[in-house]
Amino acid sequence: MLQINTRTTLLQPEADTQPIAVSAEVSPSSWPNLHAADTHVVSATSHNIRRLTVLRLLRNPSVAAGGALLSLIIIAAALAPFLYPGDPLSMVARPLLWPGQNAAFPFGTDSLGRDVAAGLFHGARVSLLIGVVATSIGVSVGILVGATAGYRGGWIDDVLVRVIELFQTVPSFILLVVLVAIAQPSILTVTWAIGLVTWPTIARLVRAEFRVLREKDFVMAARSLGFGHGRIVIREILPNALPAIIVTASVMVATAILMEAALSFLGLGDPNVVSWGSMIGSGRELIRTAWYLTALPGVVIVLTVLALNLIGDGLTDVLNPRTGVER
Amino acid sequence: MATLLDIQGLTISFPNATPVKDLSFQVAEAETLAIVGESGSGKSLTALALMRLLPKTADITDGSIRFAGEDLVNIPEPAMRERRGRDIAMIFQEPMTSLNPVLTIGRQIVEVLRLHRGLTRAQARREARDLLDLVRIPDPDRCLDDYPHRLSGGMRQRVMIAIAVACRPKLLIADEPTTALDVTIQAQVLELLDRLRRELSLALLLITHDLGVVGQWADRVVVMYAGRKVEEAPPEPLFNDPLHPYTQGLLAASPRLHDDLHYRDSRLSEIPGSISSAVKEKGCPFVPRCPQRRDVCRTVFPDTTMAGLGRSVACHAVTPTIATGPSLHDAAVRL
Amino acid sequence: MTLLSVSDLTTTYTSGRSAVHAVDGVSLEIARGETIGLVGESGCGKSTLGKTILRLVEPSGGRILFDGEDLTALSEAALRSRRKRLQMVFQDPFASLNPRQTIGEILSAPLAVHGVKSRAERQRRVDDILARVGLPPDSARRYPHEFSGGQRQRIGIARALILEPDLIICDEPVSALDLSVQAQILNLLAELKQSLNLSLLFISHDLSVVRYLSDRVLVMYLGRIVESGSHTQIWHRPLHPYTKALIDAVPDPTRRRYAAPLPGDLPDPRSVGGGCRFAPRCPIATEICRTQDPALRAAAAGHHVACHHAEPALVS
Repeated sequence: MLQINTRTTLLQPEADTQPIAVSAEVSPSSWPNLHAADTHVVSATSHNIRRLTVLRLLRNPSVAAGGALLSLIIIAAALAPFLYPGDPLSMVARPLLWPGQNAAFPFGTDSLGRDVAAGLFHGARVSLLIGVVATSIGVSVGILVGATAGYRGGWIDDVLVRVIELFQTVPSFILLVVLVAIAQPSILTVTWAIGLVTWPTIARLVRAEFRVLREKDFVMAARSLGFGHGRIVIREILPNALPAIIVTASVMVATAILMEAALSFLGLGDPNVVSWGSMIGSGRELIRTAWYLTALPGVVIVLTVLALNLIGDGLTDVLNPRTGVER
Repeated sequence: MATLLDIQGLTISFPNATPVKDLSFQVAEAETLAIVGESGSGKSLTALALMRLLPKTADITDGSIRFAGEDLVNIPEPAMRERRGRDIAMIFQEPMTSLNPVLTIGRQIVEVLRLHRGLTRAQARREARDLLDLVRIPDPDRCLDDYPHRLSGGMRQRVMIAIAVACRPKLLIADEPTTALDVTIQAQVLELLDRLRRELSLALLLITHDLGVVGQWADRVVVMYAGRKVEEAPPEPLFNDPLHPYTQGLLAASPRLHDDLHYRDSRLSEIPGSISSAVKEKGCPFVPRCPQRRDVCRTVFPDTTMAGLGRSVACHAVTPTIATGPSLHDAAVRL
Repeated sequence: MTLLSVSDLTTTYTSGRSAVHAVDGVSLEIARGETIGLVGESGCGKSTLGKTILRLVEPSGGRILFDGEDLTALSEAALRSRRKRLQMVFQDPFASLNPRQTIGEILSAPLAVHGVKSRAERQRRVDDILARVGLPPDSARRYPHEFSGGQRQRIGIARALILEPDLIICDEPVSALDLSVQAQILNLLAELKQSLNLSLLFISHDLSVVRYLSDRVLVMYLGRIVESGSHTQIWHRPLHPYTKALIDAVPDPTRRRYAAPLPGDLPDPRSVGGGCRFAPRCPIATEICRTQDPALRAAAAGHHVACHHAEPALVS
């Protein structure tokens, strides 16, 4: 019955522009079904899935709000080297200036006289960079492992699932701390470490999606057409698993940012760059006297994570196959 | 026979579509009325409307559904809930999804009996066993303690029927009851439904797309196309002398009715196009596919005209005086 | 001339410790340009048989000779190159098309895989096949969800045809379609089959559809062929009681309130005993049926049946 509902939007313009000769004389050589009205009836609203999805995304309130917020943060990160060209770790003023005390330092200074505003702007760069790159690493590894396990099945699947479980039984943050402690803390090692502890989430998801999708008739059809495994995985299955992956990835960026903040808070971040987590960490001893030192970066982290989660929620609504455009 | 269900001018609307328009028909006590149509004809939606179980976005915007003299369109929901299951029951196409997988069969029947007939647990269990016996389930005692997934499709449909008739309803709506079943099982289930109709004097509203089922089991047939009733007739005249061009096309296109056709010598007759072309039509929804269309068909939906005993048709091309379309065989063999 | 010759094919599904022979020692032959109908109820293994012939499901025994070459002996890579000659049309026109590819992508990918390098050539052949199955040329730019069920099935047929195969296995190609559209697709298949001299294996539960489109018919019950014969033999002189019951069970509007011809359910394939698999439901079963499994034997020229009691019909 729902079909009626959706069909109304898919109308055809040329269904009855010419008379249909049902009882027309039929000779074996001219088959009128090849020119039956139905065959020329294609929905007039020629919408491309991708364009339609983008439109629906923009109209979604969660995505719009999250997107706006995230754009502000991205702009801040992009402007940081122009607004605050110097090293944000250098001492520039009297320590512990409160926000508003000095117009040159709108967010005040910390106990070492470093500009908090410069720290927040430059910190956005670090947080976003680590969030995005670590997630890319996690997603890539996750897709590789999950797709292999889900598509191949059998003993390969068994082995890979054990590996995934091994990673998931160790609390991910403890694993992260261990990894960073073994390697020297730097942006590079922190990013890799976060990527390495987050991939199992994606791997499990991709494996589950692949196990369902590989049984679909269109994959069966691809096999019957003689497609190779690579083509089937990349062209046929992966695009259909992508919505679920994108939704999870948006939330993983938020998780990665939080992990980096937590590491820096514990002093395990890169000591040579300023990040929101390290700002909170260094402001923590002064929380009674100069609470803004922890509150400001804290608020920024909350807003960033909120923005990403909003986008994730909106993406779920739009891309979820059950409620989405493509049935 | 007394009229049990009288539907007049039923119109069902979604915010942006009207899938059932101005539908009228009657069901007498203990008769089998079949509604036949393709997907998108509005037949299942009509069934849901009778139960007042339409999806939230759909609404009955016009018309009346009089059941035993009472208009079901306007009675409050609690009163309707009481009618459901007790006066009107329904079975669905897919018996697996309509049974709760985590409860035993016995539990599900007992629940209905206690709710509607106020039986004690022991009484209800005894009654449940009798019901399973009634629908000819072998070894009903064991079946009571089984879970739905342990039964075959045919057996599950029998259980659904047992639940549906548990409260001795006056009307049983069967929405494609055999579509998901194999032919040999299909015949068993239809035979069972017909036996129950006689023994419990049920009226049966059989909703189907299968013309063979209709011809074999229905007393009267309503043919629907894109939300409209286009023809109504007893099965024999309908099959021997269909009046509406859609009915004619449908019968002609059915290989089942033309035993001797083989692809090496002849083509099947076909209706061009598909039902989706009907949605925007102001007049008759069949216009884009109709071989007999006229100008008036595009703008005005034809009135339903009587065409003999128990027969009516809604078509501009059929006038009451010359209410004889080409016969089935004429329509079939256009080679 | 025999195009496909399947002998003693067996497909086993194992789940946990129990094994089910979904296809159990099936042999069949398809000549070039011939249509074979394969009828049976759901769960009888007819779909599995179709997929096993294409090795989409791996057989556990038997041979599949296609044009003289044993497909079961081929490596995966070698099999891939043979695939262009055997194609399949699926039941569900919604599930069998990748929702994220345009029709043009769906139809040209097989050409690219099988070595048609030139983009223009691929384009030409896509346009050609679209016209052939009766779809407008601009379909190539559209996505599957923009088409109705019947149109999607045309796309499925176009995809099966684009590599110019010799044999197409049609797995219930019209059972998901509305009656008025079924006739369109059946006519299309019949026309394409004749003009391209294709062989078809037409799998369906609907006898009337098989009857229309088949030269020879195989009746399958619980993984076995129980009767095979020409389309007239099966319909006018059915020998196996199951075939008779299947024919009788087809709802016929001219017969009012006709009693169901066959009691009972399709039994669980895991629990088949030593005798004839149909014996528990068979109206004429005797002691021998419960103990001895009847083999498929010739009852007339081109007419085979697996039943202990099919003799009388042979005499008459």
